[in-house]
Amino acid sequence: MAQRTTEIIVGLFMIAGLAALLVLALQVSGLSPKAAERTYTLYANFNDTGGLTPRGKVSMAGVTVGSIESISLDKETFQARVKMSIHAEVDNIPADSSAVIRTSGLLGEQYIDISIGADMESLQPGDTFYSTQSAMNLERLISNFASGK
Amino acid sequence: MLDRIASLGRLGLDIVASLGRSGRFLAGVLSGVPRPVTGFPLLVRQIYAVGVLSLAIVVVSGLFIGMVLGLQGYTILSDYGSESAIGQMIALTLVRELGPVVTALLFAGRAGSALTAEIGLMKATEQLSSMEMMGVDPLRRVVAPRLWAGFIAMPVLAVIFSVVGIWGGMLVGVEWLGVFEGSFWGNMQSSVDFLDDVMNGVIKSVVFGFVCAWIAVFQGYDCVPTSAGISSATTKTVVYSSLAVLGLDFVLTAVMFGDF
Repeated sequence: MAQRTTEIIVGLFMIAGLAALLVLALQVSGLSPKAAERTYTLYANFNDTGGLTPRGKVSMAGVTVGSIESISLDKETFQARVKMSIHAEVDNIPADSSAVIRTSGLLGEQYIDISIGADMESLQPGDTFYSTQSAMNLERLISNFASGK
Repeated sequence: MLDRIASLGRLGLDIVASLGRSGRFLAGVLSGVPRPVTGFPLLVRQIYAVGVLSLAIVVVSGLFIGMVLGLQGYTILSDYGSESAIGQMIALTLVRELGPVVTALLFAGRAGSALTAEIGLMKATEQLSSMEMMGVDPLRRVVAPRLWAGFIAMPVLAVIFSVVGIWGGMLVGVEWLGVFEGSFWGNMQSSVDFLDDVMNGVIKSVVFGFVCAWIAVFQGYDCVPTSAGISSATTKTVVYSSLAVLGLDFVLTAVMFGDF
């Protein structure tokens, strides 16, 4: 076969590979081109984060508005300090809103749900949620129920 | 008794010696990087032989494996009423595991054996030594383009395999069994991460491509130059490549996905 034909076919082969990688990126892993979205940081302290993990979602009324960046232990209060990055366009979260850890479905992954407050002022970048509600621990719930407390 | 111990010792020495030879061989090949101008046409021809001609078997097996995954996944998941999770199941299995591994196994059988037989026959008919006589380095002229071609073609084939497999799974899950298309893609997109899943799969296939091509060209170059020697070298290529791919897959998976 002529060298040129071979080169063209190999070129098409490489293009097919790149196209396949693009399909995997956009269609399968849902990577959006505007992945580097501008975000700001909020904090929340929890007594118990349960099974919360970094990269988990933060939602508001069921709509994803950000993600969990890191979870660390505050050595003074012995609470878990969760760092969240919230999309920059959601800049009017009322200051008295509370962060609640919820589970999607009965056995699904855990995420943070922001339940809206009524304050006129909104949370600024770097602020910490005033009120939080820890993960529901099924085991503790059952043992409390069984011991009648 | 002593004879047996001696033969065991010889076996051990043989293995160590052949590992050493393959290492020196690899160093020799890699130091002879194909020159951009003269080496490029050779490389293109080898990518054609190794990659493009393997496309048919890769696409067909990808399609059927995806369809089987869809069918099996649906049967299992519908017991729990969560057949919409079929999308994420198919995508994760293909992208993380089956894409790189099955493609590497097919690649070893389809392309690796051909490489070994070709180089082995060149050695048996003394083409390699006549090249040396003419002052052409056979490592650079014959072996290096084949090694690089395997290295380049394998990830491309693996990515195509995954995409075709996911399409096959969608064909069965969505078109035939009636899983809702939105939840099929939605579940998939929320659980597959580009860097952690897709790129790790690509890294795996790069490693497998390198290992398969290395084993194939070394077995051809190192074979006993007789017809029996070529046939046993071809067999060894397929067996060693498959074992190496499966073993390395475990190691790579443990490093990439084992959270400990």
